Amino acid sequence: MMTYAAATANPMRGAVDASLKRFARTDARFRYFTFGAACLVLLVFTGIIIALGNGAWLAIRTFGAGFLTSTVWNPVTEKFGALPAIYGTLITSALAMLVAVPVGIGIAIFLTELCPRPLRRPVGIAIELLAGIPSIIYGIWGLFVFAPFFQQTIQPWIIASVGDIPVLSSLLAGPPYGIGIFTASLILSIMILPFISAVTRDVFETVPPMLKEAAYGLGCTTWEVTKNVVLPYARSGVVGGGMLALGRALGETMAVTFVIGNAHRIAVSVFAPGTTISASIANEFTEALGDLYVSSLVAIGLILFVITFLVLAAAQLMLRGLEARAGGHSQ
Amino acid sequence: MNRALYMRRRRRNRFFLALCIAAAAFGIGWLALILGTLLVQGFAGLSPTLFTLMTPPPGSNGGLANAILGSVIMSALAVVVGTPIGIFAGTWLAEYGRHARFAVLVRFVNDILLSAPSILVGLFIYELFVLHMGHFSAIAGAAALAVLVIPVVVRTTENMLLLVPNTLREAAAALGTPRSFVIRTVTWRAARAGIVTGVLLAIARISGETAPLLFTALNNQFWNTDLNAPMASLPAVIFQFAMSPYEDWHRLAWAGALLITFAVLSMSILARIFEAKRMTQ
Repeated sequence: MMTYAAATANPMRGAVDASLKRFARTDARFRYFTFGAACLVLLVFTGIIIALGNGAWLAIRTFGAGFLTSTVWNPVTEKFGALPAIYGTLITSALAMLVAVPVGIGIAIFLTELCPRPLRRPVGIAIELLAGIPSIIYGIWGLFVFAPFFQQTIQPWIIASVGDIPVLSSLLAGPPYGIGIFTASLILSIMILPFISAVTRDVFETVPPMLKEAAYGLGCTTWEVTKNVVLPYARSGVVGGGMLALGRALGETMAVTFVIGNAHRIAVSVFAPGTTISASIANEFTEALGDLYVSSLVAIGLILFVITFLVLAAAQLMLRGLEARAGGHSQ
Repeated sequence: MNRALYMRRRRRNRFFLALCIAAAAFGIGWLALILGTLLVQGFAGLSPTLFTLMTPPPGSNGGLANAILGSVIMSALAVVVGTPIGIFAGTWLAEYGRHARFAVLVRFVNDILLSAPSILVGLFIYELFVLHMGHFSAIAGAAALAVLVIPVVVRTTENMLLLVPNTLREAAAALGTPRSFVIRTVTWRAARAGIVTGVLLAIARISGETAPLLFTALNNQFWNTDLNAPMASLPAVIFQFAMSPYEDWHRLAWAGALLITFAVLSMSILARIFEAKRMTQ
């Protein structure tokens, strides 16, 4: 009996040990594998920085800091400056935010407070789906539908009617091209609108109903509840969502490229054609001749990267704070 | 006095709520207008030859077959390459590095990549692939799209794995299951619907991307299955055709735009269905 047990136990134990070892090996391998994938994410990020820096090096060495402030963009004489593209990027995004933020928040308020209940879900889902529509769709709509319509009807009328007002007349001056900074900003605002509404609505829905009910119980009107309870509670989320949308607007290529006119100059009038960083790269990169031209385009790309990085990092810090707070509430 | 105050508050309430309704009507009106135009113009350009003929020179009859093929090939390659990396990285974040310092950094960088301008990804791949290979290629295009797939999949995978209750992991571990087996056979399976949602969202995201393809895959007027050569894609063809002065190219651009929108919307809707399935589980 004893010998039988000893004879069978030993090989069994050997098998168990072997499979334990095998498990430990697979475990370690799997862990390193997933860790490697996580490192790859970092690697891509640093790769983007290195690639952009490397490509931009020639332009940085040639033009120095003057690259940031020069308004010349002349491929023939190989003189390049980033200011018009930076200006166009910032002004189109700012104008787009000016329109999209209030309207987006208005839509969110409408969806959470005013919309008849049966409509809430379908309209909400429709807005979320619209947030995923590729930007090229907005671009061709702007080019084929909005720009000609605007050029023939509204724009001449605006230009004529502000003709005598001192500041407005120069802000809204110029021949009615249809395309230009204004049109690009408007298309951009329509594009980021669903995004802002979707984020804002999500944040509004995290407001505890008790807070709202307490305010209603004090006799507040719907607007007072929204302004004094919902908005302050949701502020950091709304700002964070807005910054995410701004990050999108700054780097948006296709919705802008179609309708901005691609002119490297800074005009006072918002009806004048201009350019943005991403539109310049999209329009000129494949046709750029000469190392310096290509390098200058990569250099403005690097500038865009820095700007969007700052905006997106700020957005994340705000949304992180919100997440931490929401987590604190639920515990 | 009190009555005046009451009336004033009521008026103000009405005014601002009307403003909100106006904002909603304004915003939704624009979006409806764009979709409406897209449907009308796109359907006008739809025909069976769209799927059988190549992109034509201006003035002759043609379709978008090579562009559709290119989009499908490059998106499929990007998903095949990007999805495993994304799932593994998301798994590490949720299972191993949940509280690690390094994970905070990876999460931060991933979220930046998630909304970083896609044209910069194009520039990155241009410097990395195109410059070294000396020519534009479908491989470079697929690589650019894969870079866009990864952060989407990482984010959803991590989120979905975090939703899996710890008791499941503990129960499996109590049976003596090694950790990697727990992850593969228990947590991944529990989060499967969510992970599929992430992949679908990633496909929806890349199928409309134009900017990163412009100087990686470039474009190609002909039927091409060679991954080492420039390849057409729907968005790039739409860009080229819409910017041209030719009426028949515009028609094809609208039809292509409708196809893309249809693809993206059906992916997002499918993702929602999977999401709903996850909720009921």
